[in-house]
Amino acid sequence: MTELLWLWIVLGVVLVVGVGSALVVPRLRGRRRDDVGAPTLDDAPARDGVASPERTAVDEAPETPVAPDAAPALETPAPVAGRMVRLRDRLARSGSPLGARLLSVLSRDHLTEDDWDELEETLLLADIGAGPAEELLKALRTRVRVEGVRDPAAVRELLRSELVKVVDPTMDRTIATTRPLVDGKPKPAVVLVVGVNGTGKTTTVGKLARVLVAEGRTVVLGAADTFRAAAADQLTTWGARVGVETVRSDRDGADPAAVAFDAVAKGAQDGVDVVLVDTAGRLQNKAGLMDELGKISRVITREAPLGEVLLVLDATTGQNGMQQAKVFSEVAGVTGIVLTKLDGTAKGGIVVAVQRELGVPVKLVGLGEGPDDLAPFDPEDFVDGLLG
Amino acid sequence: MFNSLSDRLTATFKNLRGKGRLSEADIDATVREIRRALLDADVAVPVVREFTAAVRERALSAEVSGALNPAQQVVKIVNDELVTILGGQTRALQLAKTPPTVIMLAGLQGAGKTTLAGKLALALKDQGHTPLLVAADLQRPNAVTQLSVVAQRAGVPVFAPHPGNTSDHDMADGALVGDPVGVARDGVAEARSKQHDVVIVDTAGRLGVDQVLMQQAADIRSAITPDEVLFVIDAMIGQDAVTTAQAFAEGVDFTGVVLSKLDGDARGGAALSVAQVTGRPIMFASTGEKLTEFEVFHPDRMASRILDMGDVLTLIEQAEKAFDADEAEKMAAKVAQGEDFTLSDFLVQMQQMKKLGSMKKMLGMMPGMADMREQLENFDEREVDRVQALIQSMTPAERDNPKIINGSRRARIARGAGQTTAAVNGLLDRFAQAQKMMRQMSKGGGMPGMPGGMPGMPGMPGGGKKSRGKQQPKKKVKGKSGNPAKRAQQEREAMQRALGGGAKKPAPAGSAFGVSGTGEDQQAAADLENLQLPGDLGKLLGGGR
Repeated sequence: MTELLWLWIVLGVVLVVGVGSALVVPRLRGRRRDDVGAPTLDDAPARDGVASPERTAVDEAPETPVAPDAAPALETPAPVAGRMVRLRDRLARSGSPLGARLLSVLSRDHLTEDDWDELEETLLLADIGAGPAEELLKALRTRVRVEGVRDPAAVRELLRSELVKVVDPTMDRTIATTRPLVDGKPKPAVVLVVGVNGTGKTTTVGKLARVLVAEGRTVVLGAADTFRAAAADQLTTWGARVGVETVRSDRDGADPAAVAFDAVAKGAQDGVDVVLVDTAGRLQNKAGLMDELGKISRVITREAPLGEVLLVLDATTGQNGMQQAKVFSEVAGVTGIVLTKLDGTAKGGIVVAVQRELGVPVKLVGLGEGPDDLAPFDPEDFVDGLLG
Repeated sequence: MFNSLSDRLTATFKNLRGKGRLSEADIDATVREIRRALLDADVAVPVVREFTAAVRERALSAEVSGALNPAQQVVKIVNDELVTILGGQTRALQLAKTPPTVIMLAGLQGAGKTTLAGKLALALKDQGHTPLLVAADLQRPNAVTQLSVVAQRAGVPVFAPHPGNTSDHDMADGALVGDPVGVARDGVAEARSKQHDVVIVDTAGRLGVDQVLMQQAADIRSAITPDEVLFVIDAMIGQDAVTTAQAFAEGVDFTGVVLSKLDGDARGGAALSVAQVTGRPIMFASTGEKLTEFEVFHPDRMASRILDMGDVLTLIEQAEKAFDADEAEKMAAKVAQGEDFTLSDFLVQMQQMKKLGSMKKMLGMMPGMADMREQLENFDEREVDRVQALIQSMTPAERDNPKIINGSRRARIARGAGQTTAAVNGLLDRFAQAQKMMRQMSKGGGMPGMPGGMPGMPGMPGGGKKSRGKQQPKKKVKGKSGNPAKRAQQEREAMQRALGGGAKKPAPAGSAFGVSGTGEDQQAAADLENLQLPGDLGKLLGGGR
């Protein structure tokens, strides 16, 4: 039996890789471009939407200009001899070994290794990850040398501004909830909520529905989590509290894509503003479940374009969060992240890496179990939390 | 995809060939790599620091300097240390002398407590116990309903006097719902009166910093004096694992840990953090959404997983699931008889491989795939679909005898599959080479089913690219506990031991605890040996560039 099994695996791998790999490289390029192109086009009409209700509710301006300290090093009004700074800056950016050597001669590192270790530890403890932390600190070291900063506290401030830059407060963090026009007919804005098990998808959908209702919008919920016991009941409970109808299947284990389609169709028929579709939790390495998710999003787009695909990430998640974001983005084209359970001790630093790599912004944060504990993401506060 | 630790260490040591001893700087480089591997696996920073210090000390001692292959030696040290911490205090569930045994579950929201309650109940029921589930999670909407459904699926009774937080029972914002302490107490009393010998109390998820809810959990604990308090923690958790574990250790003083969602691809460094910081044993692993996907924790597998050393055992297990015994036997027989391996066989094989899930992941699980990593990264899963489309565009006659495929047939196949003729040519070329390889193998005589496996696999043409030229003797079926049937048996026995109160002290209600503790140790050793063997396999495949 074992021998058979092994033979089988080995042969399969050899054959598939051998046969497959030759065709891979040239094809890969062409297709990648398509992949990137398609979702952006779909998103375009939806993105033009007005600011999301909860944003206006909190009355917060996301487009605040970047703080002056985030300006490029060149323009920093250096207290020390400006020319020296400029020279060191050029050397730092020259990238040649000679430049780097010269820079180290011309500038001194005023901070001890312990100071740097402490900074690194802060980043690591916030789940930013070893790789990104290393890169951030490397950039910071160069900047510190160039500007001749001597004080650890000032370095911390610089790190903060670097982080804010990565999180990018200028990004569009509104949730697309305007009704798109399809062939001249208005369709409901569809928000699909995805994520791994136990991150709080159903709760997020429930809270989001409350926010929308509070803004005077009409909402339909779609309980496309047909797998977990009582998930649809949980969603119905959330909906019933604010008088929102929930479309659900009459039995467990029904086709989630069908439920999602029904929900969107019902929303279109009743002329509601927003349809929120809750999906079952799925681990990103389960190929079958990810295919199912792909089907859900395909089927929905037949009725109305997807306005928003929200990935729910648990703030306690460690480095695996990156993998989750990657795979879910590939399959469902994630347009925003909801960071939940931020009321605990976890800091959710993984989203820094996610945003750096995938450019998907965090749009909402979950702050607890209370029905109204959903807030818009505030980059500055978040970064302070990471370093605090 | 990160390079595995062993690959990176090998790279670190590559420059050291010819040097007799390891300098301090070499050790530093090594320790840095280990540190990075642990951090990437989400092991908590303080634990990493402690751990690398210990490894460093051992690495500096003579055992490494004198070793022939320092990289492997260091990996071995790290692995040993990990297994020691992870498995140092593995033990079985403690059953009460006088039933009912009370088990309480606690953890963060979404860790998987309710699902675990069902799994545990089912496993205990299979061991001949009569568990009762108590729904003391009145906080989350419809958690009680979920537990009832889970209980029904597991076929065990549930005690749920309070409907919990539902639409009928509305609650004030943020207020605590019902009286979970009372429910838990009544649940235990109910079990006593109805003669259930195990009670599993499912509690609401709570954060370590939530004073009110932690107090409530402590109250539940003191009200029911559980024999076991299991702390359920998500394998994906990051640096917060330590804070959370400490909070729960203080709050409810848990006696054991269950690692959930291990079927994901998180490396699960949290296991190490929790084991190290709290000193409580990790007892079970929850590995899927089905109620049967629940197993005893394996420290050795976890260690190689944290280090990203390729999890061969998991690979075997996944293969087993997708494995169609009849199909494979048919094929083996075919190869053994010297019949040609045809494109239709290939198609069947490919479809089975696909059932295993992502090809990339699977290949990544094999240890020693360093040379191929880059290629793997470029490997497009849909390539498999494309090859499948090509084969499916052929007639059965063409599949059985690709030689008849002439120019016009090629053009037709390409059109049918929506691809170019070049793709058809490529496939046929590669297939011809693969076929040749299969023929050589069958001539070599070392075929499955024979004791000793398949010796002397000739230098594989590796998908028609570069031959290794060197023979790779293959001896992987030596120790053999990769045997699915036997493994399943071991798995069952281990579970039985873990649930029933351990081999040393057979519980009254349990049955058939035949296997002694040492038996398992040997098996674990065999498992480890099995783990090493596929290294050859990796090298073999490494030629497939």
